Amino acid sequence: MRLAEAWRVASAALRANRLRSGLTMLGMIIGVAAVVVLVALGTGTKNEVESQVEGLGANLMFVVPGKVDFNSAPTASPLDNTDLNDVVRVVGDRDRVAVTLTSGETVRAGRNSAFTTVLGVMETTPKVFVRTVAAGSYLTRADVDTGRRVAVLGDGVARKLFGERSAVGQQISIAGVRFRVVGVFAPLGQSLGVDRDSEVHIPISTAQRLFATNRIDAFAIKAPDNDTIGTLGDRVVAELHKRHPDTEFSAVTQDQILGVLGDILGVLTTVLAAIAGISLLVGGVGVSNIMLVSVRERTKEIGLRKAVGAKPRDIGIQFLLEAVLLTTIGGILGAVLGVTASLVTAALSPVPATVTWWSLALAFGVSAGVGIIFGVVPAQRAGKLDPVVALRTE
Amino acid sequence: MTPAIEAIDVRRAYQLEGLEVQALRGVSFTIEPGAHVAVVGPSGSGKSTLMHLIGGLDRPTGGRLLIDGRDVAGLGPAELATLRNETIGFVFQSFHLLARTSAVDNVALPLVYRGLGAKARREKARAVLERVGLGHRLDHRPNQLSGGEQQRVAIARALVTDPAVLLADEPTGNLDTANGQAVLELLEQLNREAGVALVMVTHDREVAARARRRIHMRDGVIEQDESDAPETGDEIWERP
Repeated sequence: MRLAEAWRVASAALRANRLRSGLTMLGMIIGVAAVVVLVALGTGTKNEVESQVEGLGANLMFVVPGKVDFNSAPTASPLDNTDLNDVVRVVGDRDRVAVTLTSGETVRAGRNSAFTTVLGVMETTPKVFVRTVAAGSYLTRADVDTGRRVAVLGDGVARKLFGERSAVGQQISIAGVRFRVVGVFAPLGQSLGVDRDSEVHIPISTAQRLFATNRIDAFAIKAPDNDTIGTLGDRVVAELHKRHPDTEFSAVTQDQILGVLGDILGVLTTVLAAIAGISLLVGGVGVSNIMLVSVRERTKEIGLRKAVGAKPRDIGIQFLLEAVLLTTIGGILGAVLGVTASLVTAALSPVPATVTWWSLALAFGVSAGVGIIFGVVPAQRAGKLDPVVALRTE
Repeated sequence: MTPAIEAIDVRRAYQLEGLEVQALRGVSFTIEPGAHVAVVGPSGSGKSTLMHLIGGLDRPTGGRLLIDGRDVAGLGPAELATLRNETIGFVFQSFHLLARTSAVDNVALPLVYRGLGAKARREKARAVLERVGLGHRLDHRPNQLSGGEQQRVAIARALVTDPAVLLADEPTGNLDTANGQAVLELLEQLNREAGVALVMVTHDREVAARARRRIHMRDGVIEQDESDAPETGDEIWERP
């Protein structure tokens, strides 16, 4: 029998039982759509996180005390201003070094208050990170050197304290100390789960005085290019280790963070795809079940076909094609549904969803494969039917 | 001339729940091309088993069976299928037409397994349907046809491959008398005109009486094998 003929017979058989074919396909449609949607969500999240990390700035490296892994608690920082001078000397350019001293504080203006992350920083911060000031200006070197009580507010803080009014020039109080607002950041939104619009930047010197410490929590260094970032990190860590022999320091590059996050989210995506794959498998079992029913129901037809000259292989191929056709059409419809659902999700909700071609190809391949795998047993059974017994069936 | 069917001490045993059942206990006969034979006998006599063997649907467990000169003993399921396609035309009591399939496609079905193209199949099927008097029913489906018409479609399907043997199993069993008569006349006419051997299994005495030869089966053996007269070409012309 010609293959084209077998296709025709298979599709006619599916059309003859529209409701049943449709319901069987539904299993495949849901399975494939689930794979496409979940992979799209996983990939979208991964892309978003990566773009957030990349959005911090280029060629960044973070130098923190302690070992960076996921098993150790954060180490209390032994770093101080002397270390800052050393780091600046090693890097060779103050503008490439940023520092932070972080504290959660309630900030007030009149009757309004906001819980914020107060960061003691240097005037170099916008040169190291991507940070845009929307109104007013950022801190100056003079602010840092003389420890002025000036602050730059995150967009969210400015809104909470002053609403639609301009915050620049207004007075606020941080931990009971009065500050003057010199600038407001452009909105940034969430980044890696942190609301970056709730930050308040003040000079590091002012922050150290305010919190009664000499501490610096971490350095961020912007390397001139991606090639020197590793050696620069090693030199900075070695320098810090000289002054603090008992403390371990880590230089983590942006690429390493991206790598770790990418790995985690990649695993997440794979797990999601695998879970969705289970529904695809269940759909496949449904196909197999329906094909077995179909073989039984059409025993007489099989007997007749055999009587007029169908070889076991002809019958087997006919039923196998039926299963493959069922799953392939289901796969295509599922892919369409999955892509649509992903696009709608991405458009109407904050959940990022990125449709990937490999998930479509995978879902399609798997559904066709499911058709073959789960179609083989019923097809073989049909092919092996004894024509005498088959014809006798009423 | 090669006999259409040649059976030499053909036996067929079945295993039924560990018990061996002898359906055929050594049957020998020859059916010449163009013969008209009725196989008669009560149920359980082995006539259905014999029918399946002659039709190449089954293989004997003993003896030798040659269909159109080919020993079926050495043939696998696929080769048997080809043999059926090329030499046997089946007509069943319950027609066995494919539902939701037009008359012409039903008739063309055996040609599908010959690898014939759709156009050639349709041409051939149409010609045969016209020959059985259903040229005006080509695209009708079985449920749009009367029982007699359905059986004629089935006969056309059996004929479309130009078989050596037309094997009819109670072809009038599901038909009323008038339609039954018409179908029998059609089968006999094809037997006369096309030279195809007609082997009919029946327990209808009247139907059997119309055949030129009757093989009576009982308990798995041939009880009686009677022929009206020598089958000569002349006699065929003299028949009413």
